[in-house]
Amino acid sequence: MSEDQNDIPIQLTDPAAWVDRHGDLLFRYAMTRLSDRHVAEDLVQETFMAALKSGQFSGQADERTWFVGILKHKIIDHYRRRDRERPMSTIQQEKKQEDLFDEKGWWCVQPAKWPIDASNTLETAEFWEAFRHCLDGLPQRMRMVFLLREMEEHSTEHLCETLKISAGNLGVLLYRARMGLRRCLEINWFCTETEEV
Amino acid sequence: MKMMSCKEVSRLVSESLDRKLSIWQRMQVMVHLMMCGMCARFRKQTLFLHAAAKRYFGIMDEGAGVLNDQLTTEAHERIKQSLKLNGQ
Repeated sequence: MSEDQNDIPIQLTDPAAWVDRHGDLLFRYAMTRLSDRHVAEDLVQETFMAALKSGQFSGQADERTWFVGILKHKIIDHYRRRDRERPMSTIQQEKKQEDLFDEKGWWCVQPAKWPIDASNTLETAEFWEAFRHCLDGLPQRMRMVFLLREMEEHSTEHLCETLKISAGNLGVLLYRARMGLRRCLEINWFCTETEEV
Repeated sequence: MKMMSCKEVSRLVSESLDRKLSIWQRMQVMVHLMMCGMCARFRKQTLFLHAAAKRYFGIMDEGAGVLNDQLTTEAHERIKQSLKLNGQ
């Protein structure tokens, strides 16, 4: 008597309507993570195609969540592919970060005092614009690990495995990304004078 | 006990966001932070940005004014076309 809901095949909606209904949202989702229009468009298309091929969604989530789930995988695949295409040497030659420490390891560009009213700052669109600007200014690889770790909240183990890097390398990339982002926002958003010693 | 440099401390502050530091490391960082206002400030800012980062995608995905990007009409059509071709 008990009808298992999971056994009922879920009817797919008309693929022609997908693009109108979810296209923009998926595109924005991809843009936020990739900052490249062409790639974002391609991945949205790939997502719909993959959905069409798979023919059914498992019904645990709504249609939109299903698409976003597929797109997430496409994005990681893209990161990985791009990463493989770039030899390590060019990555290491990426623009050198400003050195904030002297040779003894003390601050030579001291962290400036931020007028942090955290809850207020996070409510302003301008802050997020600055945040995005700074994020996009990070070298590609750093930006990628930062996005995956801080924002998608992937575990470090998972990241090392998918990106095929050692825990030490990952730690260095994350450290540099955090340092770069902090410094950039200090200059561009909190825009207070730094005391250089 | 040799005091850690600010550089080492900043590195450990970053690492503490990814893994649990050893007791020894935590103690060293704590001692340093008690004596170094700059590092204490750095830590506070880093934690602030860590928290902000978690909200970033949510804010952006809502399209809250900042990145109100949309697919171009051409992209719309192209994707629809390829879905149609492959759906047959």
